[in-house]
Amino acid sequence: MFQSIGEMIVLGWRTFAALPQTLRQRRKVAEQLFEIGNASLFMACLLSLFIGGVLALQSGPRLAERGISGLLGGLVGLSMAEELAPVMMSILIAGRIGSAMAAEIGSMRVYQEIDALRTMNIDPVHYLVLPRMVAITLGLPLLVVFSMLVGWTGGALVAVFNRDIGITAADYFSNLRMSVEGVDIFKGLFKSLVFGVMVGLVSCHQGLQTLGGPRGIGRSVTKAVVNSIVMILILDYCLTRFLLFLDR
Amino acid sequence: MTPPASNPSQGVTVDVVGVRKSFRGVEVLRGIDLHVKRGEVFVLMGPSGSGKTVLLRQIMGLDRPDAGEVRVEGVPVHDEGARDRVRMAMVFQSAALLNSLTVAENVGLYLSEHRRQPADVIARIVREKLDLVGLQGTEDKMPSELSGGMKKRVAIARALVMEPQLIVYDEPTSELDPLRSVTIGREILALNHRLGVTSVVVTHDRDLACGVANRIAFMAEGQVRFLGTPTELRASSDPLIREFLTIDFDENRRPLEIS
Repeated sequence: MFQSIGEMIVLGWRTFAALPQTLRQRRKVAEQLFEIGNASLFMACLLSLFIGGVLALQSGPRLAERGISGLLGGLVGLSMAEELAPVMMSILIAGRIGSAMAAEIGSMRVYQEIDALRTMNIDPVHYLVLPRMVAITLGLPLLVVFSMLVGWTGGALVAVFNRDIGITAADYFSNLRMSVEGVDIFKGLFKSLVFGVMVGLVSCHQGLQTLGGPRGIGRSVTKAVVNSIVMILILDYCLTRFLLFLDR
Repeated sequence: MTPPASNPSQGVTVDVVGVRKSFRGVEVLRGIDLHVKRGEVFVLMGPSGSGKTVLLRQIMGLDRPDAGEVRVEGVPVHDEGARDRVRMAMVFQSAALLNSLTVAENVGLYLSEHRRQPADVIARIVREKLDLVGLQGTEDKMPSELSGGMKKRVAIARALVMEPQLIVYDEPTSELDPLRSVTIGREILALNHRLGVTSVVVTHDRDLACGVANRIAFMAEGQVRFLGTPTELRASSDPLIREFLTIDFDENRRPLEIS
């Protein structure tokens, strides 16, 4: 495990050092960004709508019982912005994009395509890892913004149409606007940026470490997804503590 | 096929010094020492599992030896910037084309990634190299649309684009019919004559080895068992080499008659 962490740190550093090459790889970055949007947008929409909805469904009636249903907008807004949108979108991206990255790079490794790049004096980190890392780091926060908006809408729909809650859309969004500040959205975006780097790093590292044939590729994909999700949840706790500490 | 007279104009020397390599405790290379001359066609021959491809990967710097060193034109192959000083290309047994790129993108990859030429010049060079290996008109095809032999020729075209000083071939005639095998052998020789590149060929194809080589190293169990010209190899009294060169099907055993 420590060897893997060390290798990921080295890979992260090499990718960071290669950042000035990004402009040269812009076509591949755009392709990867399209892939992230194309593969994930519909799922992100569906997931966020229901997360926002279920948040309102769980908490709305309890708030209404206590006569404070007017606070529902803020509750859903803050939960989505600071926690659920970044975490759930990162898990979605780990499953859809991280797995694809590990599979693609893994099969390139198994079928000697990466060796072929090296014989052409083309650094696989520049050619394969850098565009994917840049795309996922840019794409995930964009997806999170989208997820926040759709999640808030999902919460509003439940708040308006559920008889046990019974507040208007205007009340819901008024409370949401009062409670959610720019800094809260920034915290969510910051988290998603860190998660994006982590998912990209874990997935590319697993792809580059692939050995054997199709079974090896399958193993790498599984490891990439599972390790990414575990890392997201551990990092989420650490980042939340860090951000709470900054709030004091 | 006529073995080439060495052309020293572009090739490089290769020195393999005491190279050892193990995988999971099994020693695959047991101290290999070789010197490949500038502009030479050098064949590594031997039975499967003798360590030929592993040695080739050490020569190309794709793997690090456990002990010993490989030097190309006197430069250790693992040195930082060694590939900037010496142009080396490899034709893989599986061709190793990038499956997500077209034939033209594969062949022009080296030039486009290193920004050596503008796009229109790269397209012209790609066409020329594909013509050279008899694959004109395949620029827009994907590797999955090509036969094994065509993939191999695309891999050769991709290697040629680099204008290499050292070109290594891993089993260049595996999966090819006899006609294509001879074509590939002739291509290896033509490149050697035309550009004077140093060529290292791994094969267990007896005809190819004796047809193209200036010298042959016969490998067995991770060691060089014989080193000499094709004529000297044919005259060898080593029982393993004799068996390897002459073994054939039993003349007295024919398939069962089917009525």
